Amino acid sequence: MIKLYRFLKQYKAYIAVIIVLLFAQVLSDLYLPTLMADIVDKGLANKDINYIIKIGSFMLLIAAGGTGCAIFATYLSSKTAVGFGKILREKIFTKVESFSLHEFDKLGTATLITRTTNDVTQIQQVSVLILSMMVTAPLTCIGGVIMALQQDKSLAWVLVVAIPILFVVIGVTLKRGLPLFKVMQEKIDKLNLVLREKLTGIRVVRAFNRIEKERVRFDDANSDLMDNAIKVNIIMAVLMPAMMLIMNLTTVALIWFGALKIDDGTMQIGSLLAFIQYATQILFSLLMLVMLFIMVPRAQVSAVRINEVLEIELDIIDPEKAKPANSERGFVEFQDVSFRYPGADQTALNNITFSAKPGELTAIIGGTGSGKSTLINLITRFYDVESGCVLVDGVDVREMSQKALRAKIGFVPQKTVLFSGSIAENIRYGKDNATREEIEHAAQVAQATEFVSGLEAGFDHQIAQGGTNVSGGQKQRLSIARALIRKAEIYIFDDSFSALDFKTDAKLRAALKPEIANATVFIIAQSVSTVRDADRIIVLDEGQISGIGTHKELLKTCEVYREIVASQLSEEELA
Amino acid sequence: MSEERKVDKPQPGVFGGRAGGPAGSLGKPVEKAKNFKGTLFRLLSYLKPQRTKFITVFIFAILSTIFSIVGPKIMGKAITKIAEGFGAKMMALQMHQPIPSMDFTYIGQIVLILLGLYLVSAAFSYLQQYIMAGVAQKTVYNMRKEVDEKLSRLPLKFFDARTHGEILSRVTNDFDNISTTLQQSLTQLITSIVTILGVVVMMLSISPLLTVIVILTLPLYVLVTMNIAKHSQKYFATQQRSLGELNGHVEEMYTGHKIVKAFGREEESIKTFNSINAKLYTAGYKAQFISGIIMPLMRFVSNLGYVIVCVVGGVFAIQGTITIGDILAFIQYSRQFTMPIVQTANIANIIQSTVASAERVFELLDEAEELPDHADAKVIAFPKGEVKFENVDFSYKNDEPLIKNMNIDVKQGHTIAIVGPTGAGKTTLVNLLMRFYEIGAGKITVDGVDIRDIKRGALRNIFGMVLQDTWLFNGTIMENIAYGREGATEEEVMQATRAAHAHHFIKTLPEGYNTILNEEASNISQGQKQLITIARAILADPAILILDEATSSVDSRTEVYIQRAMTELMNGRTSFVIAHRLSTIRDAELILVMNKGSIIEMGNHNELLAQNGFYADLYNSQFTGANLNNEVG
Repeated sequence: MIKLYRFLKQYKAYIAVIIVLLFAQVLSDLYLPTLMADIVDKGLANKDINYIIKIGSFMLLIAAGGTGCAIFATYLSSKTAVGFGKILREKIFTKVESFSLHEFDKLGTATLITRTTNDVTQIQQVSVLILSMMVTAPLTCIGGVIMALQQDKSLAWVLVVAIPILFVVIGVTLKRGLPLFKVMQEKIDKLNLVLREKLTGIRVVRAFNRIEKERVRFDDANSDLMDNAIKVNIIMAVLMPAMMLIMNLTTVALIWFGALKIDDGTMQIGSLLAFIQYATQILFSLLMLVMLFIMVPRAQVSAVRINEVLEIELDIIDPEKAKPANSERGFVEFQDVSFRYPGADQTALNNITFSAKPGELTAIIGGTGSGKSTLINLITRFYDVESGCVLVDGVDVREMSQKALRAKIGFVPQKTVLFSGSIAENIRYGKDNATREEIEHAAQVAQATEFVSGLEAGFDHQIAQGGTNVSGGQKQRLSIARALIRKAEIYIFDDSFSALDFKTDAKLRAALKPEIANATVFIIAQSVSTVRDADRIIVLDEGQISGIGTHKELLKTCEVYREIVASQLSEEELA
Repeated sequence: MSEERKVDKPQPGVFGGRAGGPAGSLGKPVEKAKNFKGTLFRLLSYLKPQRTKFITVFIFAILSTIFSIVGPKIMGKAITKIAEGFGAKMMALQMHQPIPSMDFTYIGQIVLILLGLYLVSAAFSYLQQYIMAGVAQKTVYNMRKEVDEKLSRLPLKFFDARTHGEILSRVTNDFDNISTTLQQSLTQLITSIVTILGVVVMMLSISPLLTVIVILTLPLYVLVTMNIAKHSQKYFATQQRSLGELNGHVEEMYTGHKIVKAFGREEESIKTFNSINAKLYTAGYKAQFISGIIMPLMRFVSNLGYVIVCVVGGVFAIQGTITIGDILAFIQYSRQFTMPIVQTANIANIIQSTVASAERVFELLDEAEELPDHADAKVIAFPKGEVKFENVDFSYKNDEPLIKNMNIDVKQGHTIAIVGPTGAGKTTLVNLLMRFYEIGAGKITVDGVDIRDIKRGALRNIFGMVLQDTWLFNGTIMENIAYGREGATEEEVMQATRAAHAHHFIKTLPEGYNTILNEEASNISQGQKQLITIARAILADPAILILDEATSSVDSRTEVYIQRAMTELMNGRTSFVIAHRLSTIRDAELILVMNKGSIIEMGNHNELLAQNGFYADLYNSQFTGANLNNEVG
């Protein structure tokens, strides 16, 4: 947490002012009992009404001043804490945007979202508390002690006894309670898990007629949670009554021993009254501190998670002096490339060598986990090779700027992602300054025009977040249009026709052909019918090239390819 | 993902999960229930079974408060006595008389009384919370259980129309809210009200005039809170909106990270983020500030009362109408006055949002359930697997008929292929056969019995399902397969996995059959998952099968296994197959061609080709598809 506060630099002055203001406010709060003691000891003793009124108006002034300070401090601390949240969010987001796929996957989308949003909010809230309570509580405590001692030193031992007792009670309770709170979260997660599984598997649960079994499973988690909750609450039930008791008993003790001292003539009544009030304030401020110490560790968890994001070292960075590509367009070459996912035992790709040039269609085929997607992720430099090199237009991709490299590529991913916004905006994502004609043309080629014109708003139809209001096939077509509008040198289709029906698929391919005739094209496919006419088919098997060539060549030379073909095409189709 | 996050709850706080001090929710907009009174009473009715305990809690809370409230007044007596003793001493000093000793027996008595009072008060307060822990948690447990049981009686229509996150959030967030309120807020409310009343009574007993002065500060509290709440709600609303916008942007950019990178759009993405973030900051600090000044202002009002009491009390004391101990007691009371008022206002808000939560839960409890089974519903002991649709009409929405007057007759052991583009609505058929949805007209029979006359459980036992969105739960592979049949032995499970060609791969896993599938079952491949579901279906040994052939994300070797396993499974059973392979389709006794949710053609392969309709088109395009490829370079 403290590490994060380095981002507070620009708020240094604010924080100093906040502390001064809060100190003034605390002083004003603490001064009131002393003034009251004056009223009792001087005003009452001398029966001086004017004096009382004078001190009274003075008290009002002090109170108003204190409030003024508090309000101004709140203003500054709101700005500081919320500003701190803003800075954190910005830092995290900017950092995450620079992540390569590897760094991104290391943490995962869900937790990154949580870290950028919820965790920062958590920190921000605690910062607000720190900037108010965390400052006032110790000040009140110290100030209270000083003021109390000023009234009378000999009664201080009552506090010396009371405070440790207070800490022991709180300590013991929390020591027993806190672990249970952790368990509590686990039990809640468990209940959620059971329920979520019930919901996602509802058809299976009912089909297998296992409603009763699921009911028991839920009930177990439910009663487990209840038992734990009861346990926690019973332990926590001690806390408040015990603390109130300690405070009240302290007051009673002060009265008794105060009375003794007054009897001795070593203390005045007003002082006793003031002392009692100071004692209460001191104990209260200690309570506040304890509460803070409970909340800070929770924010600490968030802080650790945020730091983890900020401290990740980027492994893919642009070279200091980016080399411009040769004047060549669309040449892709793999030279003895091997790659392994960070931390993996086995290489995902092994000694891959091939080259492709404009106008050629390279198809990549192979089973799941054979390294197809990995291979194309190296072209886009989503990952860096372990050995060998990937050249695009004659330049090692590591020597180009990522921006320049990716500007050459039209990429259609396996998992289609659209963004919220109109259809036109989504297609324009591929090319910022695309004209309406270009958009319409790209849609036309991607076979999207038909369904788009069927929509009420046409190209202005709003895509919902996550693209939930268009079908899988429609999404895929828009995703293809988005890549086509780039007029890229290199096109990569990662299993991008899977959601299309036969007819659309065929039409799209026909329309695509002239469109990408001069580009270098890579297609990852599962089915032989898609790849059989490629200029070059790369057959991958467990990260190795087990064959490379045309359909006809591979049928003769490559056993793995023959297997794939045999599993997909019937005899007559083979012939 | 958004689903996940909706359920993501901050950890429960030590002091009850509501951070932010006593005025935590003051000034923030509160969610309101539509029918506050009705829902509140219904919520309270859940406490009925524990009425005695609940009443005990209330009595204890009242007692504890009363005991602690009496304290200052009695303490005041001690102070007065001390002051008197002190005064007497002064007097004696002035008159040069022997100095009288203070009345320590009296003071000692009072100290003892106070000790007793505070001890008893603390004890009651503890007992009250102790009992309430059980009451609150048991009540929530029962409600949660009721919701779960309700969920199992709801038709699938209900689940299909909602996101999982929506339902989950009711069972977790809403219940969390209810539980905290029951545990803390209710008794706090009682304590606060009793304190306010008690304090007023005590103050009146000391000095009616001073009481009036203190009570006069009340409207100030109200004024302050109302004014601030009015202003802050606006900012909180803006803050909430910006936060939503920001979360949306982050979620989109992170899920589409690969696309953002591939298209080199990082800078634009950051720019958008920064502008939303700036908006959030402006609204955020204003909301924070305005809600943050509530406490200082309250304290000022409280100090105002304090000063007035000091001054007026001082004047009265000089006039001799009030003792010094009483002033002290009065000051303590007037200070105790502020907290409960702030708390009551706060709790009123909390209760409102709790009732809103409860209302959402009750809404769920009031959803229309599946029609219950007839009392004389049948069980088909040895199903043959003959299925008949007679004049069946069906629609999801009343105004959009999907299936009209459908008639099919499926004999034992037949294969029915369902063909059509993705999203053609093939799940509809599953929904109807298993009676997940009710048909509009006509009837569906299994072995001649209307499925509405068969016990739901028994009906579903006749069917086996192997769908593409395979569902596996968080547990061992063994448990997942054994799910297919109640009480299956390990040996039976292994027989099934052998038949499903899954035995081998399971054995190669480090933990074998005891491998625990993680939450998303991402530790085995898609194809392996499918093999497991096939094994599960084999174990269940149903008379009728519903299969999904699509295996696009499965590598070709596993695919061969899956194919073999499916063929094995289909042997001798009536099978409805969502088909993608030509061979399956051609060999099927009946082909149902579906498009946009409805069945547009049916017949066998040759008949359909002869019709020269949608199927013929589809069939030809698959062959010519290959030819077209030739043209695509």
